[in-house]
Amino acid sequence: MIKVLLILLGVLSLWFIAVYNSLVFLKNQVLNGWKQIDVQLKRRHDLIPNLVETVKGAMKFEQTTLTEVIEARNKAIAAGGIAEKAQQENVLSSALRQLFALVENYPDLKSNENVAKLQEELVSTENRISFARQFYNDIATKFNIRLQTFPVNMISGMFNFKGAELFELADASEKEPPKIDLNIK
Amino acid sequence: MNIYEQARRNKTWTWALVYLFIFIFLFLGLGLDYFYGIGAEFPVFTVIALLLGITYAYAGYRLGDKFIIYSTHARSLDLNNPKQKQWQNVVEEMSIASGIPLPKTYIIDDPDPNAFATGRAPEHSSLVVTRGLIDVLNRDEMQGVAGHEISHIKNLDIRLMLIIAILLGSVVLLADWAARGFFMRSRRGDRRNQGSLGLIVLAIWLVTAILAPLLSQVMAMFVSRKREYLADASSAELTRNPLGLAAALEKIEARTGPTRSIIRGTAHMCISDPRGYPVNQRQGRLADLLATHPPVEKRIEALRQMAYA
Repeated sequence: MIKVLLILLGVLSLWFIAVYNSLVFLKNQVLNGWKQIDVQLKRRHDLIPNLVETVKGAMKFEQTTLTEVIEARNKAIAAGGIAEKAQQENVLSSALRQLFALVENYPDLKSNENVAKLQEELVSTENRISFARQFYNDIATKFNIRLQTFPVNMISGMFNFKGAELFELADASEKEPPKIDLNIK
Repeated sequence: MNIYEQARRNKTWTWALVYLFIFIFLFLGLGLDYFYGIGAEFPVFTVIALLLGITYAYAGYRLGDKFIIYSTHARSLDLNNPKQKQWQNVVEEMSIASGIPLPKTYIIDDPDPNAFATGRAPEHSSLVVTRGLIDVLNRDEMQGVAGHEISHIKNLDIRLMLIIAILLGSVVLLADWAARGFFMRSRRGDRRNQGSLGLIVLAIWLVTAILAPLLSQVMAMFVSRKREYLADASSAELTRNPLGLAAALEKIEARTGPTRSIIRGTAHMCISDPRGYPVNQRQGRLADLLATHPPVEKRIEALRQMAYA
């Protein structure tokens, strides 16, 4: 009888260790995913001065947009706290989008090789940021599901594992659900 | 089936193949010892064959990807070329999306669009494309292709495919060599094994030596057909845009011709069959057995369904 109990206890503690370690592993992956977003945001901050420098000459008449971009960048760098940071980054995103829409009006800029290169870099950076967020959300969801499902939720409660927060779209235009016209003509 | 299950399976399969491979070497060595050896006190051929088999499998595992890349005359990307830089960016984006380290990127100067990934693990992986692929695809389509290849890397398809390529190549060589050795000896008239048991063993040994390359070929085909669908689906999961890959496959299919620079033994690694085999377009049991790639129309159809288009 005691033997059986001992074996049971052994198996249980092995399971316990395995679950605990897998939770630590996942948690670190989530943290790493979060860091990756920061890396990509920094890449964008570094690219912007170059971009503005390149288009400045040809876009004399768009001074306001250019200053907006630079200001948004500086604010995003200075921002502290996750919520404020997310908000400033979104302001920067829309300022950049506006700038690229304006570049379309300048044929000599569009055909400029350096501008094309920078544009590609910025498109890539925007993609990297959204893919980093996507990866973060995927891995965080996986972590959360693991934490909350039985029987792992007993262990996660014991060791005070907290679920990861998901990255949400803060941009108002992105948040709006697509409008569907239900009127049949 | 998801990408993690697939990775686990690939690990198991890789080990199974390595064991099988070493076993074949052992078997051939035993046969050689039985017929030409100096006797049981020192099975010289068996020892040599075993050592060779293990060394070869290990060296192939560690260096096989470099050899394959070298044999296709692939070069590093030229990042001053806008299209190549764009491809590099797309690959980096996909590696971020999938959470694997950035693979090394190479380009082959071949006008036929194709791509493959190889390596033993995500930390030691390479992604090779032809110039043709980069030239014809736009950004979204490139992203689909990069996502497809990155998925092969992440779920360790590349490891299994690498082992198959290495073993496939060697087993063919080995069998040729064994068969030639046997016929040369028998012409000279070796009188040592006249018993019926000896003949039966000899027959089995010969059949194995002849069938081994055929079997490994069939295996390469069998393992890679389902994988393409899974990699397509995983790519769509990464890019959230299945239509990009569908459009890329359409373009690749339209310009299909043999990709001359990719050697025969690595056909099962590519996104589209470099041999331009018509059997890949057919459906049914036999085609399922013989083709290394599923019909492109079926892949495109599956991708379109993911997009509800």
